[in-house]
Amino acid sequence: MFEFLENLGKATRSSFAKLGRSTLFLGHTLTGIGDVIPRPNLLIKQIYSVGVLSFLIITISGLFVGMVLGLQGFYTLSDFGAEESLGVMVAASLVRELGPVVSALLFAGRAGSALTAEIGLMKATEQLSGMEMMAVDPVKRIISPRFLAGFISTPLLAALFSAVGVIGGHLVGVGMLGVDDGAFWAQMQANIDFQQDIINGVIKSIVFGFVVSWIALFEGYDAIPTAEGVSRATTRTVVNSAFSILGLDFILTALMFGDI
Amino acid sequence: MQHSKTQDTLVGLFVATGIAALFYMALQISNLGSYSSDDTYTVIANFQNSGGLKVKSPVSIAGVRIGRVSSISLDKETHESVVEMQIESKYNNLPDDSGASIYTAGLLGEQYISIDPGPGISGDFLKDKSKIDNVSSAIILEEMIGKFMLNKAEGK
Amino acid sequence: MANSESLEKNIVSIKNLSFSRGSRKIFDDISLDIERGKVTAIMGPSGTGKTTLLKLIGGQLSPDHGQIHVDGQNVHRLKSKDLFNLRKRMGMLFQSGALLTDMNVFDNVAFPLREHTNLPESMIRTLVLMKLHAVGLRGARNLMPSELSGGMARRVALARAIALDPLMIMYDEPFTGQDPISMGALVHLIKSLNVALGLTSIIVSHDVQETAAIADYIYVLSEGKIVGQGTPQQLAESDSKWVQQFMNGNADGPVPFQYPAPDYLDDLLASH
Repeated sequence: MFEFLENLGKATRSSFAKLGRSTLFLGHTLTGIGDVIPRPNLLIKQIYSVGVLSFLIITISGLFVGMVLGLQGFYTLSDFGAEESLGVMVAASLVRELGPVVSALLFAGRAGSALTAEIGLMKATEQLSGMEMMAVDPVKRIISPRFLAGFISTPLLAALFSAVGVIGGHLVGVGMLGVDDGAFWAQMQANIDFQQDIINGVIKSIVFGFVVSWIALFEGYDAIPTAEGVSRATTRTVVNSAFSILGLDFILTALMFGDI
Repeated sequence: MQHSKTQDTLVGLFVATGIAALFYMALQISNLGSYSSDDTYTVIANFQNSGGLKVKSPVSIAGVRIGRVSSISLDKETHESVVEMQIESKYNNLPDDSGASIYTAGLLGEQYISIDPGPGISGDFLKDKSKIDNVSSAIILEEMIGKFMLNKAEGK
Repeated sequence: MANSESLEKNIVSIKNLSFSRGSRKIFDDISLDIERGKVTAIMGPSGTGKTTLLKLIGGQLSPDHGQIHVDGQNVHRLKSKDLFNLRKRMGMLFQSGALLTDMNVFDNVAFPLREHTNLPESMIRTLVLMKLHAVGLRGARNLMPSELSGGMARRVALARAIALDPLMIMYDEPFTGQDPISMGALVHLIKSLNVALGLTSIIVSHDVQETAAIADYIYVLSEGKIVGQGTPQQLAESDSKWVQQFMNGNADGPVPFQYPAPDYLDDLLASH
């Protein structure tokens, strides 16, 4: 019993310490963003590895998710003779939830884990330390451009996911199952509100991008500089990102759409 | 630093596609595209029961959408539902004796207001803040079933 | 505060330094001076915190007690901006080379120049090629770090360390894991750079022969203390048994072969 309490205390203390370190790290990273602006080459390189390389997985996943939504939605709605609402159903699910959430989860798996591994290995091979000895601040030089790139890329990836998903839903619903083309779009446009749905979806993806980039970079920077330490940090990035995305999604949805 | 041109191009393409997707969402998926910058005028109608009508429900004539519901409130004295709707200014020739009814699109669809143009005896048109007197309320399914059952029972 | 005469003479001056990691004491009240323009070696068995000492000098770690002066400045009293300025004048060669893996050899050597100067690209090219030529790798400029052998990576790192023409270079175990040829090349390079560029070199190493061949002065550390110091000659003739064991590489002596353990017989019999 005593031991349990002691362990609980230790765990609490270390998680608070980690929270503190990660907050300081975030502050340091954000102050470094000012130094990134005059050097767009650093940013472009990172947008390439974070955004462009995630492009394919995001568009393909978006297409399939949209197609599945079209199929499932059609069979459910046709029971009520409301196939015309397929467009709304597909678009609302994508724009409000699936676009931001699934693309952020994919981003965490594809780009977040890579970021953690990269930073962790740089630490393990003394590259960060070496940079410090060359009087270059590794957080500002290495972390800040990656953070900014993640922050810029996620809303774009989420928008791509949703847009491609709607096209996928259209492909199945209108192309294969014979829903009326006009009704599909008209119902969608009548019911999806720009402010309420699109803007809120974009805000969600911006928040997710911020959090995933933060987690991924911090875990890499805070990793124990060994092979095992880096591999654990990579796992933590994916797990913690998934938790944060889903938890924040609930909170954001409640704030945006609910009356809580 | 070696920065390849292909990388620059791909990043540019990525950002452009992403922004295009955002515009696509705004214009093709949402109602932003159907917002007209035209002015609207407000018409008021009191219904005994506005049923499942909601703010932003469509207002149409002969199936053509001409505006949307802007507010629904309760008149404290008459206990009627006061529905304000915004109608696009280009439809400024609705006779002032037109009627308004609440219908349901399909069995389970959303409710909307249908304007039924009147004969136009006075020759005046509906203007801003005009009131439509000739109204018929939403059909409430339970009431209908209740009445039907009652009639059956009495008829026996 | 070090007096002005020793400031002139010594580029690094360490006074009463103590440092511990957790409960383990790594340095216990040591003092040493490193003379300008000389090659000074800090030697000792593995795990005596030699790398830690370099990190303390570079200001990456802070001591528990004592002071470290580099070029007249107290390293741990400096503001981070001044510390960064001081570090521009210190080169450090890490054991692994610490090359940036996402850039080729040329860009790695150009890195400090591009970060700290506004030189035009043509000038940077000239400087980088000069530094690479000095380490004999001008032809390898387009290789990526993953394509280099360990010895080549260290030479590239050396070219990078001298890119900003520092006052001194700290070498962390430069000879470990090198084949005889690249070892010879490194020994030759360190010595000739020291003479040609008028550098001060600090070598942390446990490779006795190679280090003794080029060092002007050697400090021998063990268990947080300085157990011997002097020129290679003096140390070779030292009457300290410990220094003799270390310099000659004997398996047993004052440093026992066995890690401290319970009595052997008791240990075997007590297995159940």
